[in-house]
Amino acid sequence: MRQSDFRRLSLILLFAPFALWILLLIVLPHIGMGVLALREKVAPRVYEFGFGNFLEFMHEPIYWNTLIRTGSMSLLVTALALLIGFPIAYYIAKIAGPRSRGALFLVCLIPLWVSDLIRAFGWILLLRETGVISSALQAAGLIDAPVELLYNDATVVIGLVYTVILFMIVPLVSTLDGMDNAMIEAGYNLGGNGFTVLRRIIIPYAMPGIVAGCIIVFMLTAGSYLTPILLGGKYSSWFTETIYQQFITRYNWEGGAAFGFLLLAFTSAVVWIGLKLSRQTLAGTVAKS
Amino acid sequence: MLQRKQTWGFLLGYQAYVLAFFVFLAAPLVAAAAFAFNDSLFPALPWRGFTLDWFFNDSEPKLGMFHDRRLLRGLYYSFVIATGVALLSVFVGTCNAFLFVRREFPAKNFLYIVMVVPLVIPGVILGISILVLASSIANGLEEGYGIDLGFLRPGIFLVVLGQFSFIATITSLVITARLRKFDATMEEAALNLGASRLRVLATITLPYLRPAMIAAGIVAFLVSFENFNTTLFLVGSETPLTITMFDRMAKAGSTPVLNAISFFLIVGSGLLALVSVVVQRDRSGG
Repeated sequence: MRQSDFRRLSLILLFAPFALWILLLIVLPHIGMGVLALREKVAPRVYEFGFGNFLEFMHEPIYWNTLIRTGSMSLLVTALALLIGFPIAYYIAKIAGPRSRGALFLVCLIPLWVSDLIRAFGWILLLRETGVISSALQAAGLIDAPVELLYNDATVVIGLVYTVILFMIVPLVSTLDGMDNAMIEAGYNLGGNGFTVLRRIIIPYAMPGIVAGCIIVFMLTAGSYLTPILLGGKYSSWFTETIYQQFITRYNWEGGAAFGFLLLAFTSAVVWIGLKLSRQTLAGTVAKS
Repeated sequence: MLQRKQTWGFLLGYQAYVLAFFVFLAAPLVAAAAFAFNDSLFPALPWRGFTLDWFFNDSEPKLGMFHDRRLLRGLYYSFVIATGVALLSVFVGTCNAFLFVRREFPAKNFLYIVMVVPLVIPGVILGISILVLASSIANGLEEGYGIDLGFLRPGIFLVVLGQFSFIATITSLVITARLRKFDATMEEAALNLGASRLRVLATITLPYLRPAMIAAGIVAFLVSFENFNTTLFLVGSETPLTITMFDRMAKAGSTPVLNAISFFLIVGSGLLALVSVVVQRDRSGG
C-alpha cells in the first residue's frame, strides 16, 4: 500500500511542472486573449461582448489583405526553403563522406544560433543603397548610380528563406540519415532513373521530415516580425506588424487580441490542411524531429 | 556513398550548388562581423583600415562596445534572462522527460502533442497572450483589493516566463530523446544491489542524462538570448540586448559599434553551440 501511495505522489509531483506550464502559460493566456478579443468597446470604459473586433477586420480590406499577403508569402517562402534546402540536406545525409558530414551539419547549425537581428543587419549592410553589393557593382563599372536593393518583396522573401531554411534542413537531414542506402540502390537496380528514384523512393521516405520542416518554417515565417520590418521597411505590411501597431502604437488591446487570434487560427488551419493533404500527424512529424 | 550512379558533371554541379549555398549562408554574417574592424564612422565600404576602436575606444564619436553603457546593460539583462530561462526550462524539461518516458497516465499521447504545440505557436501570439493575462490579473487585483503586483507588469519576470513558455518544449524534446535510449537494466542492477531509488537517480540516471541536460541548457540559453518576437511585447524598462540593438538599427546613422557587438555575439554563440555538440558527442557512446 505504501509503495502505491508513493508512486501516486511522485506522479503528481512530476506532473505538476508540466500542468503549471501548460495551464498558466499556454491555455489560460489564450483563453484570456479570446475573451479580450470578444470585448467590444462601445464607449470609453464601457464594454460589451460581441464580434465587433472581428467585424472590423472584415470591413477593413487593408487588414485582411495583409493577412492574405502574409499567408501567401509565407507559403512561397516555405516552398522555396524546401526546394533550396532538400538538395543540401540530401548532400549532407547521403553524398558527403562520413567526416565532412558532421562538419557540414555543424556549419549549418552555427548560423541557427545567431540572432535573426544580426542576420537581418548583415543583409541590410549588403543590400542597402550605400551597401557592399551596390558599391561593388559601381566599382566594377556595371552600374552608374547607387542601387537600392532593400525594401521590396523579393528581398523580404530571400531574407525570410535565409532566416528559416535551417529549420527545414535539420529535420530533413535527420530523416534522410535514417534511410537505408540499399533502398536507393534497389531503386536503381530495378531500372529506375534518378528522377523516378527521387519521386518514388526518397521523397515518400522523407515525407515526415518534409512535413515537419514545412510546418516549422511556415509558422516561423508567418509569425516573424524582424525580417519583414528590417528588410521590407515601413510598408512591408506583415500581419505581425499590424498586431504590434494595434497593441503598442494604438493601445487597442481588444483589436490586437482579435488579430492575434486570427493569425493563430489562420496559421493553424493552413498547418491542419497541410497535415491532412500529406496524410501525416503532428505527433509523427514535429514531435519526432 | 551514392555518387557512382551519377555522372561526374552532375556531381560537380551539385557540389558547386552546395558551395554556393554555404556562401549564401555565410555572407550576411561575414558582412555584419567584418565592418566591426573598419576604421570608419559608417558600417559601409570603402575599407578605411583596420581598427579595434569599435570594441575598446572610450570616447565619442567612436564609442566602443565595452564602453557603451546601454549596450552593456542590455547584454547584462539578456544574460540574466537567458540564465533564468535555461535553468527553469532544463528543470521542467527533465521532469517532463521522466513523466512521458517512465509513467503511464490517461491521455498521455494527447498531452505529448500538447507539449509540442508551444513550439508552433507564433512567438508574437505567445507574447501578447501572456501580456494580456498578466495585465488583467494585475489590474483586477489592483482595482479589487488595492494590491499592486509589480512583477505582473512588463519586465524581466514576464520576459522569462514568455520565453520559457516555448523553450521548455525544446528542452523537453532533447532530454526525452536521451532518456528513451537509457538502458533500464542499469537501474535494476543498482536496485538489486540494494541502492535506494533516490540514490539510483542521483548516481546513475541523472549522470546519464547530464550531457543532454547541458546541451538543452545551452540551446535554451542561446534561443533566449536571440529571442525578439516574444520579448518585444513583454519588455519593461530593463531592455535586453536584442531590443536595444533593434532600436539603434531602426535609426539610420548607426555606427559600427553594432557590428562589434554582432561579432561578439556570433563568436560567443558559435562557441557555445560547439560546446553543446561536443558535450553530447563525448558521452553518447557510453
